[in-house]
Amino acid sequence: MNALAFLAGSGFAGRQSALNPAGPQAGRIEDLWWLMFWVCTAVFVLVMLFFIAGMVRGRRARKERGVEAPMSVEPGVERRMMRTIVAAVAATVITLFGLLVASVATGRSISPLRVPEDALTVKVIGHQWWWDFEYQHPEPYRIIRSPNELHIPVGQPVRILTTSADVIHSFWVPNLHGKLDLIPGRTADTWIQADRPGVYRGQCAEFCGHQHAHMGFLVIAEPPERFAAWWERQRQPAPEPATPLQQRGRQVFLSQACPLCHTIQGTDAGSRVGPDLTHLASRRTLAAGTLPNTRGHLGGWIADPQSTKPGNLMPPNPMKSEDLQALLAYLESLR
Amino acid sequence: MTRNGILTILAVAVLGGCEREMRPPEVLPSSAARPRPIVRQTTLQPGRPLAQAEGRGPYDENAYSISQGQRLFSQYNCVGCHAHGGGGMGPALIDDTWIYGSEPQNIYATILEGRPNGMPSFGGHIPEQQAWQIVAYVRAMGRLVPKAAAPGRNDHLYSGESPQASGPGEELRQPAEHPR
Repeated sequence: MNALAFLAGSGFAGRQSALNPAGPQAGRIEDLWWLMFWVCTAVFVLVMLFFIAGMVRGRRARKERGVEAPMSVEPGVERRMMRTIVAAVAATVITLFGLLVASVATGRSISPLRVPEDALTVKVIGHQWWWDFEYQHPEPYRIIRSPNELHIPVGQPVRILTTSADVIHSFWVPNLHGKLDLIPGRTADTWIQADRPGVYRGQCAEFCGHQHAHMGFLVIAEPPERFAAWWERQRQPAPEPATPLQQRGRQVFLSQACPLCHTIQGTDAGSRVGPDLTHLASRRTLAAGTLPNTRGHLGGWIADPQSTKPGNLMPPNPMKSEDLQALLAYLESLR
Repeated sequence: MTRNGILTILAVAVLGGCEREMRPPEVLPSSAARPRPIVRQTTLQPGRPLAQAEGRGPYDENAYSISQGQRLFSQYNCVGCHAHGGGGMGPALIDDTWIYGSEPQNIYATILEGRPNGMPSFGGHIPEQQAWQIVAYVRAMGRLVPKAAAPGRNDHLYSGESPQASGPGEELRQPAEHPR
């Protein structure tokens, strides 16, 4: 219910829809979708018309002959029936072949052969149940990680490399492209491109366990200058706590279970089991697109993640209320 | 075959779908029932005699928790010293030698309090429930949990043919013959 209200409230309608394409590939896929839709609609209507006509004619014939009279099959009628069947089979084969040709042509037009070598490359790593986006760069100090939020520059192709840390997931942003599976131990690649700025929602499209439905992410397409500025900000370590409350919050973070799984750059916490929290407060959602990133939801999530996403790998963290408030103050300062 | 018969079969088929497998993924052992154990570690313990640690761990018979324990054993870097049970910088966990006891309470105390010569204290960091999951996995490596919960060691723990166990809860005490 929470998630539904959240989706409705923040105007997500059309933000996860293959019929609202924002990129060249999604545009082709949409064309194919409409072609199939209209062809199938026409076939359905024709079949129903023939079906109803047959019923009406049969009923009329039975009335004329009387109900019990056996149906006589004359050679002329049989020839007509044969011709009709052959025509119907031929029409079916031609229609299906036409759809097949259209489908292959669409597949070829969006094949990954057309991405330039120096394109921005993002490695997508699927986890149960969240996404890790690792921005590749020849200079290691510029590599960043952005969990559950994929920022891309508008109008540029972005190479996507996919792999998984545990089970098979599938990367799907309907507004930008079709699906691509994330296979553990293998790397697949594709590319995406957004032609207009906006926030699009992606979703895991391969059943991957208990919380598969709550494994979403956001794609934020922004002008190249804003994207570059975002990258530069994400590269920075976490800001030092400014107030005594935030300082205490950092102490709480480092002395509880948090650093066993999470990273905050600039502190001793450096584990890669859970999402990187260095810039937690800059993200729009919590728990892989499940909750809006607000103080209340963050507090509830830390105290008892199992009530929001039963079965996820984060344990409950019972702590004193003052400690929790301090921790929240610190986490909210991580911009 | 009457209509009633068909209806009965349909009802059985439909109602059968109502019973969903329930497997609560996170069961917190109540901490009130399980006070932080003060357990006897060796026969050479100073002070007044302490009771021997007894009783099963809360997750010894829970296959899901044992596999969660295995995941945590890697993720929390137990493998850094103990390898996958074979030992390295830290002692092996699949052999017969338990320096600080093999009872669940002993292992729990070892994880939470730490031990001399290198074992750090994870108390306050690893949540209680996850510590018990790791306890269950460590005992599974030592073959101290029922076979129904942990049917066998991982493949990479065997050096040759897998030794046969004869029954549930059987502890494998004969070390496998090393071919080399």
